[in-house]
Amino acid sequence: MKQSTTESRALQFALIALAMVFLSFFLLLPLVAVFGEALKAGIGPFLDAVDTPDALSAIKLTLLIAAISVPLNLVFGVVASWAITKFQFPGKSLLISLIDLPFSVSPVVSGLIFVLLFGANGWLGPWLAEHDLKIIFAVPGIVLATVFITFPFVARELIPLMMEQGKDEEEAAISLGASGWQTFRHVTLPNIRWGLLYGVLLCNARAMGEFGAVSVVSGHIRGETNTMPLHVEILYNEYDFVGAFAVASLLAGLALVTLVAKTVLEWRFNLHGSARH
Amino acid sequence: MIRVQNITKTFGDFPALHGIDLEIEPGEFVALLGPSGSGKTTLLRIIAGLEFQDSGEVLFDGEDVSSRSVGERQVGFVFQQYALFKHMTVAENVAFGLSVRRKGRPAKADIRARADELLRLVQLEGLGKRYPGQLSGGQRQRVALARALAIEPRLLLLDEPFGALDAKVRKDLRRWLRGLHESMGLTSIFVTHDQEEALELADRVVVMDHGRIEQIGTPEQVYMEPASPFVSNFVGETNQLPGGVHVRPHDIELVPEGGTAVTVDNVFRKGGAWRVEGRIDGHDKVVEFDVDAALTAPKLGDTVRIKPLRLREFPA
Amino acid sequence: MTASTAAPLPRTLRRRWRQPSVLPGFGLTFGLSLGWLTLIVLIPLATIFLKSAGMGWDQFVAVGLSPRALAAYRLSFGTAAAAGLVNAVFGLLVAWVLVRYSFPGQRIIGAVVDLPFALPTAVAGIALTTLYSPSGWVGQFLDPLGIKVAFTPIGITIALVFIGLPFVVRSVEPVLADLGHDVEEAAATLGASRLQTFARVIFPAIAPALLTGFALAFARGVGEYGSVIFISGNMPGRTEIAPLLIVTQLEQYNYDGATAIATVMMLVSFAILLALNLVQAAGRRRYGA
Repeated sequence: MKQSTTESRALQFALIALAMVFLSFFLLLPLVAVFGEALKAGIGPFLDAVDTPDALSAIKLTLLIAAISVPLNLVFGVVASWAITKFQFPGKSLLISLIDLPFSVSPVVSGLIFVLLFGANGWLGPWLAEHDLKIIFAVPGIVLATVFITFPFVARELIPLMMEQGKDEEEAAISLGASGWQTFRHVTLPNIRWGLLYGVLLCNARAMGEFGAVSVVSGHIRGETNTMPLHVEILYNEYDFVGAFAVASLLAGLALVTLVAKTVLEWRFNLHGSARH
Repeated sequence: MIRVQNITKTFGDFPALHGIDLEIEPGEFVALLGPSGSGKTTLLRIIAGLEFQDSGEVLFDGEDVSSRSVGERQVGFVFQQYALFKHMTVAENVAFGLSVRRKGRPAKADIRARADELLRLVQLEGLGKRYPGQLSGGQRQRVALARALAIEPRLLLLDEPFGALDAKVRKDLRRWLRGLHESMGLTSIFVTHDQEEALELADRVVVMDHGRIEQIGTPEQVYMEPASPFVSNFVGETNQLPGGVHVRPHDIELVPEGGTAVTVDNVFRKGGAWRVEGRIDGHDKVVEFDVDAALTAPKLGDTVRIKPLRLREFPA
Repeated sequence: MTASTAAPLPRTLRRRWRQPSVLPGFGLTFGLSLGWLTLIVLIPLATIFLKSAGMGWDQFVAVGLSPRALAAYRLSFGTAAAAGLVNAVFGLLVAWVLVRYSFPGQRIIGAVVDLPFALPTAVAGIALTTLYSPSGWVGQFLDPLGIKVAFTPIGITIALVFIGLPFVVRSVEPVLADLGHDVEEAAATLGASRLQTFARVIFPAIAPALLTGFALAFARGVGEYGSVIFISGNMPGRTEIAPLLIVTQLEQYNYDGATAIATVMMLVSFAILLALNLVQAAGRRRYGA
């Protein structure tokens, strides 16, 4: 150890301890609380709470939403990353900033914009009513809002990765006679697959857990337009704490799986270069 | 006077230095020369206090400084990649060592004056307000040097100072550094793997390999009287002939008869002579030697006869 | 043929918008990307501004700058800034400890840092409320001391600290890891103490990343909904965050009001982030590459 450029042992220990205390208190404690409250009354009530028809339909809806929005944004992410990283054109950084927009917008605003477009008093409201199409307060609205919110996730992971990888390999493939699609499938895809998986993981976590935007567009119709996070809110507001935390713990479990998968991916494939990231 | 006694250092299970003994006279310009992995940078850093030895002592003027931190040893260290503080101006970089002094910190105006003086010394006056990012490699290296000199060190240590520079810039800086040393007379140790550089600059050369000192001597001694096959090979060009015989290319002359027969493989201009590469009949090793450019060059496939003017033997 | 009667260059050669490329698929991928982007992101976002523009100024001010709205903005921006500062300090600490030292459980701690990213906001929201309400795990100790956390701005700030931490840590970590020992060694050789080295050499080098992290955490905190509405108590004028105010307006079918508030929020956030970005760009310009 280079003693000239490290702190004294005592100071190191103190800093590590302080960091651990902070993280345990602010981050771990809430997580523990979720599981603690869910299992407070024992495993029976926990399972009962999850087994209700409303809870089950909320779970189904959440899975459906994710099943639609994640693949959509996966395709978009790949397509956009290809366009951005393999070609030169002016306005590239503007395009990247635009892709990042949903990140910087409040979830509530993300929901608001779709209400303004498709709500009863929205721009397309009357037209939709005429054709008996429901978007707001129905599943399509939730899908749209979720697609908006999770829009940048895959692209954000792929763009830096593909930029780093450059286009030499693809150009080599083309020069050997491969078509664009073949090049993508056999050269690009294998190179980006772990970054892709990582982006999909994050996209999925957000798609399933989104609350604010979905809350605005869904109308909270139990059994129909309730996703798991919304269901948690309803139960909590009815003082059904065990129920709320039971459903919440399923989501927390998903979060843990996401974290573990993320860590494994980063560690084994050194996705982001340095120490952790 | 700097003395290093029986220094040993191991990194994990990699032995970097084995029992190094070295003495450096005041005002000397010493080169630590060797290939990568020879331990030369480790030794330099141990002298500086950036690493600590496993055993042995480092003595500055008879005093064991092994327990002193690098800041307390008053050494000026010039890093291979300059290690300039990117967010500070050139002047602020140079003044840094003075501005962080806790005891005996000079007044602001004095610090500024000293920084300016040093920038003038390294021929960078007027560039004080620039940032390192705006300077060329050679300029950055000079800032690094000025910064190290600002604290009035008793010892100047340079870690492959010219490694990251273009050949032309390197040559100019080498000449300039030698001139600076001559005018300042500051004891200096520098590490290099470039034997040409070591021979040009140093008063004495310490040739190292695999953590041991192979030879210490003046450039002349190390070149003309290499103490081991390693030194003979590493310093200057050498032909390794059968029987442990080492001959330098310029110590070989063509003879009309007698001597050893060599079949010519390749001939090209090198500097002011023809460089001939060939093989001694019956052996695989390539022999290189120079032929005066005024003469006609031998042709490929020719057989010529050579004789060494001077050789060294290293029996196995 | 004289020059004046020579045919003009064909269109394609006269102006190239982009460099010709060996790889195929530009037209398709670029077109698709732009199309999807416009459809999903740009048009929806445009509706906010178009609606705001269409509203009369009085209408806009009536809700958008009403006392209740102003209180909500103060709360949202204020708590986001406070939480951002806490995260700047502790995020730096966590990043430092993760990059510089090694200790048992380091990998787990590293993963834990990303928890707020992965955990749904509503889950975080109810968990935090349960912890800090007067009868909660933590609240029960604070309440007798007269410290109220739930249903106060302090509670909101704590929720935002939870949310914003990964942004700071993730921004600082790579920069810290890339810093390179030699600059610190240089400072040591020049006689600087460890503290001086940190203050004058290390910190300035990571300051831009820290600022970026703060900006990201701040932006996220301003718009945060799910993790905050449970713990805040939602009292208008006191603990009502701006996003909630938007929802309230929507529930009353006051689309104009909701849009006005959303517009104000977005403009102010945008202005703050632009300012932060300019500061960073100025720094980059000065220091060269």
